[in-house]
Amino acid sequence: MPVNWIALVVFIAAFGFVTFLGFAAVHWRRGDLDLLHEWGLAGGRFGTLVTWFLLGGDLYTAYTFIAVPALAFGSGAVAFFAVPYTIIVYPFVFVVFPRLWSVAKRHGYITAADFVRGRYGNKWLALAVAITGIVATMPYIALQLVGIQVVIAGMGVESRGLMGDLPLIIAFVILAAFTYMSGLRAPAAIAIVKDLMIYITVIAAVIIVPIELGGYGKIFAAVPAQKLTLAPPGPGTLGSYSAYATLALGSALALFLYPHSVTGVLSSSSRHVIRRNSALLPAYSFLLGLIALLGFMAIAAGVDKAPQFAPYFQQYKANFAVPALFLHIFPAWFAGFAFAAIAIGALVPAAIMSIAAANLWTRNVYREFINPRCTLAREAQMAKWVSLIVKFGALLFIIGLSTQYAIQLQLLGGVWIIQTLPAVIFGLYTRWFDAWALLIGWAAGIVCGTWMYWVAGTTFPLHLGGLTIPGYAAFYSLIVNIAVTVVLTLIFGLLGAVRSPDQTSAADYV
Amino acid sequence: MSEEPKGANGRNNWAYWLLLIPFIATLWVPFYNSAEPAWEGIPYFYWYQFLWILISAVLTAFVYFATERK
Repeated sequence: MPVNWIALVVFIAAFGFVTFLGFAAVHWRRGDLDLLHEWGLAGGRFGTLVTWFLLGGDLYTAYTFIAVPALAFGSGAVAFFAVPYTIIVYPFVFVVFPRLWSVAKRHGYITAADFVRGRYGNKWLALAVAITGIVATMPYIALQLVGIQVVIAGMGVESRGLMGDLPLIIAFVILAAFTYMSGLRAPAAIAIVKDLMIYITVIAAVIIVPIELGGYGKIFAAVPAQKLTLAPPGPGTLGSYSAYATLALGSALALFLYPHSVTGVLSSSSRHVIRRNSALLPAYSFLLGLIALLGFMAIAAGVDKAPQFAPYFQQYKANFAVPALFLHIFPAWFAGFAFAAIAIGALVPAAIMSIAAANLWTRNVYREFINPRCTLAREAQMAKWVSLIVKFGALLFIIGLSTQYAIQLQLLGGVWIIQTLPAVIFGLYTRWFDAWALLIGWAAGIVCGTWMYWVAGTTFPLHLGGLTIPGYAAFYSLIVNIAVTVVLTLIFGLLGAVRSPDQTSAADYV
Repeated sequence: MSEEPKGANGRNNWAYWLLLIPFIATLWVPFYNSAEPAWEGIPYFYWYQFLWILISAVLTAFVYFATERK
């Protein structure tokens, strides 16, 4: 394809605007950015509306917008596990996370590991939670670049070789600079623009595409019947049913354990903001369902059979389905707008993830183990530097290694991050569990989940008697983790193990 | 575990149990894994799940108002 200049100009203009916004955000709800709490949590001053944009922009990433429709395009109904996943996550958040907000506010915690440290008085358990968060986040940041890569290629810009990496490098230098300067205020400001652009794009697509293709009936009719619903399980197995349900449940339990989600939650101004947003954020779930449908629209439009897209499908596989669909149905200027929405959509989560990883490193590794007497200004400075390192690590990862590794590691990251659930979520309700038992349970879950992923991929076929129950490796390994933790807590209790004092009290959580 | 009623000074705690309904409705796949009855050309599998996004949001909003401290 030749360079699509109209799309490219619109794209660059939109990108330029958010760059300006990212730097200007330093003045927004002005605070002392030499404090980690101000740089990394924007002082905890975001109300209901800003938090809605911030969490929406944070959780529904550019990679989601490319990968979910790509999965629908290639595999059909199974991609829609994202819908029950994002349905059940909010009742869970509604009940659980206001407690984390309250206790964090009371004690000045800015990470989940801070809370674990205070609750259990065990720095090694806190370290495990912090390292898990950092490691699970890194490939996630790298994957945001995939979203940018695909849409830039979609505008006919050469995407191979050193010159091909240049747009990515530019985008990441801009991202790194405004994150360093403005902290969490930058992605919060940009999220508002990004989310509005995504809504406009998706609403336009779900109106225009059915008109062009002859209605939704025609779109679904174009999808092969065996892909339109899940394959009913055969005898002796729960087949796709248990896989679909455990993928949804496991992903929902894992989502808010990710550091970037915790950062979003803790930056809100009150626990009521979190509760309100649990009822308001499903608007994005609806949007995500519509985005998944774009995969079916791409099938109906037959974009994979168009000769001009063939080399791109060869290079990017199903990930090119959405860019191809936009080029096919939208005028060039609007395709540029839509691509900008996706690329800007990559900046928001990448910025928040790097900030969250920097908070974890600084608070729970640097200050805990390396320099306990550092000044507050030094702490904030350290976090700013780490946010740069994390992002350039992700950039090198994508340029130097294959995207496929990043995808594999991101899937593994989901298996790992869920292992922090007993320490963090159970910890919000009870101090019954023993800190060392939690740490050993965490290790057991990590080993077991990684092994399951190694031998079987995301869904592990569990054999119980004569029945096979395929399920999400994260979900099964979490059960192993909890079982080990409960048994060891009972044993340590019988042995009369001494417990560290709890910094928090019951009144801190409500 | 997470559905344990908390945080409303014991008032209207029953409302929290409503939040279990979306879990049952969406995690039991046999409830909705079929193409029929289609609605306006949209297979049942899809419109059922979209509908539950709305129901779940309304339920959460209801529980919010039922449990918010005055």
